Amino acid sequence: MLSAMATCNSHGQDSSYFLGWEEYEKNPYHPINNPNGIIQMGLAENQLPFDLLESWLNNNPNASGFTAQSNFGFKEIALFQDYHGLPAFKKALVDFMSEIRENKVTFNPNNLVLTAGATSANETLMFCLADPGDAFLLPTPYYPGFDRDLKWRTGAEIVPIHCSSSNGFRITESALEDAYQQAQKQNLKVKGVLVTNPSNPLGTSLSMHELELLVNFISSKNLHLISDEIYSGTVFTSPGFVSIMEVLKNKNLMNTDVAKQVHIVYSLSKDLGLPGFRIGAIYSNDDIVVSAATKMSSFGLISSQTQYLLSQILSDKKFTKNYLTENRKRLKQRHEMLEKALQKAGIRCLKGNAGLFSWVDMKRLLSAQTFKGEMELWKKIVYEVGLNISPGSSCHCSEPGWFRVCFANMSKETLVLAMQRLTSFVDSTVKKTNQSRHNRNSRKPKSLPKWVFSLSSFTTARSVKNGA
Amino acid sequence: MAIEIVQPSVGLSKIAVSETHGENSPYFAGWKAYDENPYHEKHNPSGVIQMGLAENQVSFDLLEEYLESNQEATSWGKNVSGFRENALFQDYHGLLAFRKAMASFMEQVRGGKAKFNPERIVLTAGATAANELLTFILANPGDALLVPTPYYPGFDRDLRWRTGVQIVPIHCESSNNFQITPEALESAYDHARSMNMKVRGVLITNPSNPLGATIQRKVLEQILDFVTRKNIHLVSDEIYSGSVFHSDEFVSIAEILESRNYKDSERCHIVYSLSKDLGLPGFRVGTVYSYNDQVVTTARRMSSFTLISSQTQFLLASMLSNKEFTEKYIKINRERLRKRYEMIVDGLKKAGIECLKGNAGLFCWMNLSPYLNEATREGELEIWKKMMEEVKLNISPGSSCRCSGAGWFRVCFANMSEETLEVALRRLHEFMDRRRNGQKTHDLSALAQVQSFSLGDICRLFGERSKDLKSDLISSLSDSR
Repeated sequence: MLSAMATCNSHGQDSSYFLGWEEYEKNPYHPINNPNGIIQMGLAENQLPFDLLESWLNNNPNASGFTAQSNFGFKEIALFQDYHGLPAFKKALVDFMSEIRENKVTFNPNNLVLTAGATSANETLMFCLADPGDAFLLPTPYYPGFDRDLKWRTGAEIVPIHCSSSNGFRITESALEDAYQQAQKQNLKVKGVLVTNPSNPLGTSLSMHELELLVNFISSKNLHLISDEIYSGTVFTSPGFVSIMEVLKNKNLMNTDVAKQVHIVYSLSKDLGLPGFRIGAIYSNDDIVVSAATKMSSFGLISSQTQYLLSQILSDKKFTKNYLTENRKRLKQRHEMLEKALQKAGIRCLKGNAGLFSWVDMKRLLSAQTFKGEMELWKKIVYEVGLNISPGSSCHCSEPGWFRVCFANMSKETLVLAMQRLTSFVDSTVKKTNQSRHNRNSRKPKSLPKWVFSLSSFTTARSVKNGA
Repeated sequence: MAIEIVQPSVGLSKIAVSETHGENSPYFAGWKAYDENPYHEKHNPSGVIQMGLAENQVSFDLLEEYLESNQEATSWGKNVSGFRENALFQDYHGLLAFRKAMASFMEQVRGGKAKFNPERIVLTAGATAANELLTFILANPGDALLVPTPYYPGFDRDLRWRTGVQIVPIHCESSNNFQITPEALESAYDHARSMNMKVRGVLITNPSNPLGATIQRKVLEQILDFVTRKNIHLVSDEIYSGSVFHSDEFVSIAEILESRNYKDSERCHIVYSLSKDLGLPGFRVGTVYSYNDQVVTTARRMSSFTLISSQTQFLLASMLSNKEFTEKYIKINRERLRKRYEMIVDGLKKAGIECLKGNAGLFCWMNLSPYLNEATREGELEIWKKMMEEVKLNISPGSSCRCSGAGWFRVCFANMSEETLEVALRRLHEFMDRRRNGQKTHDLSALAQVQSFSLGDICRLFGERSKDLKSDLISSLSDSR
């Protein structure tokens, strides 16, 4: 009775990424009401600089209302549904994007398309660039939501570019070529590459070398490049953030065909911590893409009420300057806190310089160096330790044992507690491992619910499909 | 001069380069004419008056009054204490308070004749998104949805563009006031089947855009029986439900389902929005209400691509849960729209123009077929161009709504002040006068030549207008000599 799209699994909600959330929802940690509950460390939210926004709002009490002081009153805003977007907001947004990039690049508001969040922006770009059955190459590990956002309604395919811990998960030329070949083998027409820069879940920004590799690759193979830069404002330490636009500019490619093949996705959900307001954008140098995407944005426009409020916040240059500085500072502190605590517990993480999370290496805690082992460990951490962290397999990581751990969506105290729990767990696990090695008296593993194994086979099956 | 060969951009999708977004239709050309020369009472009194935009501007004062006395709705409480939670809220279930308020508002709009469960409400950024989303869920690419004509031109884009689904029209004729008949339903179904298309559902707009009329209970029952027999879906787009001039004249599909104890209701889905009833198109507030659990679940997941800003949900939760405000608003809004409707219909009548008998909406369905040079689409577009260029009114031609008969036009009346509406009516009046004079002059001189009537006889035939006609007649007679 329903369409094939409605009855398939491409919405991706059976992934462990979302299931962990469900477990958290059933038993959420609260310092007073539920101190033994699960601490949410699987949600990449930025709660650190809210006080800055709150104080701006308190200092500008008329901004969120509709007064006659501005050019716009309530009626004008309520009626404004032009898919070209509120000009004042677009101007303020491109200026903000420029500011994040230290003004090394500037953006033309006419090339910006507003969408209800980056989720909508990514899907819209896919509709514009790929026909059903076409493929985009994505470096692994990648944000689990992409499986839904890029593939579900568009019918497009994702082919992974395998990155490994041996070189810090950096994109290599051979990995790019391999992915391309793999797609050919599967009879998939490759339309482009999509990278997240800074990366989710790695928490690192792409190096100049990687960016140049990408530009050369798409140029030689005549492909599109989507650069999802929604974490660009969260780069808290060196090396700084290099936008793909900067690379094009430096290589004098701005007025060439290649520039038209590069498209940026942005959002205020991470940098400004406003995921509820659904503020996303596509930036493209290709007029046809801008035109098609603009029309498509009818299906996901940003509320004019929200555009109006944000145009005022982002036009306050004093505020944005201070905000970006403070945001970076606080993220850096939190990141260091987490890193140190993990180190003390004997756990390494990838050296990160951005994002709201760390990419953590828990291989030594695995009972077996397999994805099944990773799932077992994950279940233990969720149920026994009470931390919802995201297993690497849900991000399509090629190697088992890596986890994404968020640190910006909770108070300092909660993070401290989380680290204490983790440390105790690691200590006891290491002790047990040592004991069992000595005693050779391996205990029967606790029986896990059926769905854990169905998850493993789900993950494995998908890996096989993607040619891992 | 060398011919420049324009290289196509690196492979864009077929969807991106297709014309199914529909923006090259004459419907949009009228908007352009308006954009380039918009009417303004003081600054541009001879500009084009926009009568092609179905916006509701008659009740803004009520909304502004509400906002004035309820500032926390836009400021998140004292010291913006509610801001953080609201800004973080991106749950695709939507704000519970808002869903409850929406359900209750939808009940109020239907005079309490139907109940709505907040758990079945899925929020989307506008009805545009809701209609597309439902199409993705109910039909596969290449399948067909049956839609009665005339229909909202935007459906061609909303239902077909990215979904790959087809629209097969259910032809409705002026001879029975464009009502949907069982024969028309069957005929459309058969036509789709003859083209090898799988029919997935019927989509109706009730009250109808562009007709400005509600669908009668009897017809709704027939449509429901039809979709049940064929085992297909029924989508009822009820975004104009709050604009019915007399509350007892609107029957929602929800009422029919309730009266049937919800038997077979899993095939039914309602689309609603606040863009028309509340006049808030910019806020992007739409909803899918489905009686089918699987559709609700899937629609909810899909709504990730088109969530309503939590800031806006917060404001509207406050506004719509204020029963005193909503009752007052619904009542007054209705009355004002009715008055506007009466004003325009009377004005058109005085100009010699008839309209379909309407009882809802922000527009009337005007019949200019008696005045076409030829009863074809070309004849219709000819008069439409005159309307734009001579009369300077942007109205929507029936052909853009896929109307079977030529000469019908949708004329909006709620997106302007009363004064502007009067100006528009006056212009139309004068146009019709000129036309009548022009035509009669032409006829008379031919008549006079053939029949050898005396000038005096002819003038007497036209009574009080004889003085003007006399001078025209004399000049035209002297020309033809």
